[in-house]
Amino acid sequence: MKNEMRVEFDAKSVNEGFARVAAAAFLTQLDPTLDEIADVKTAVSEAVTNAIIHGYESSEGKVTLSCSLDDQTAVLVIEDKGVGMEDVKKAMEPFYTTKPQLERSGMGFAFMEAFMDEIKVESKPGVGTKVTLIKKIGQREEENQDGCGDSSH
Amino acid sequence: MDCKYQLKDGCMRISMPKEVDHHCAEQLRKEADLLIGAYHIRKLVFDFSETEFMDSSGIGVLIGRCKNMGYSGGEVSAEHLNERIKKIFIVSGLHKMIQVTSEQTGGKLV
Repeated sequence: MKNEMRVEFDAKSVNEGFARVAAAAFLTQLDPTLDEIADVKTAVSEAVTNAIIHGYESSEGKVTLSCSLDDQTAVLVIEDKGVGMEDVKKAMEPFYTTKPQLERSGMGFAFMEAFMDEIKVESKPGVGTKVTLIKKIGQREEENQDGCGDSSH
Repeated sequence: MDCKYQLKDGCMRISMPKEVDHHCAEQLRKEADLLIGAYHIRKLVFDFSETEFMDSSGIGVLIGRCKNMGYSGGEVSAEHLNERIKKIFIVSGLHKMIQVTSEQTGGKLV
């Protein structure tokens, strides 16, 4: 079954929590494990935080989060119309950050890669950035067969 | 954000908030640094009992405090991590910088 949702919100740090919870809530229809939910929340939080801090450099703007489900695959897209990036590859290097003064760890993209199956980043200076996060949900059957599944839900 | 600080004999215990993200990072950083400086803290303990979520912004705050404490020869540890927070520590390599104590074993993580 296909299903989609899309939300737009102000680039304010208070909305980081909203965005990851909204994504997680929409995802529940795929019957994910708690671990899968946590993975998606972390990845969405990283992408939205990047949009706010780097995309809009903490000034005003809108961030959109869209989520589409197709069978057991979740595709989450986080978009901003901020400053964009010259060199995406460089930005994705672990520990690379343009804002060390803000104590950014430089691990945002590394976290997204660690917790999702696939990540795509498109960016253009002066236009904005689009991050696509893909994850297949529903590894639970296999886990249950191993007898180590999460029985809490 | 609900973050509590307990001070005793040069040791400060920080009860970390439920969600440690960019939104709470700035306040946490400012308050912690102010107290560390004002009370000559030598030992810093991050207590994650209440924490359910942390992302790389939280990692930044912890590494920053670690560095500050390191300059003054102080020590930093973290305790009461749930499975998710443990995973975040391991993925980021934070467990190599901060001593993690677990109640079950009383020893180090991994």
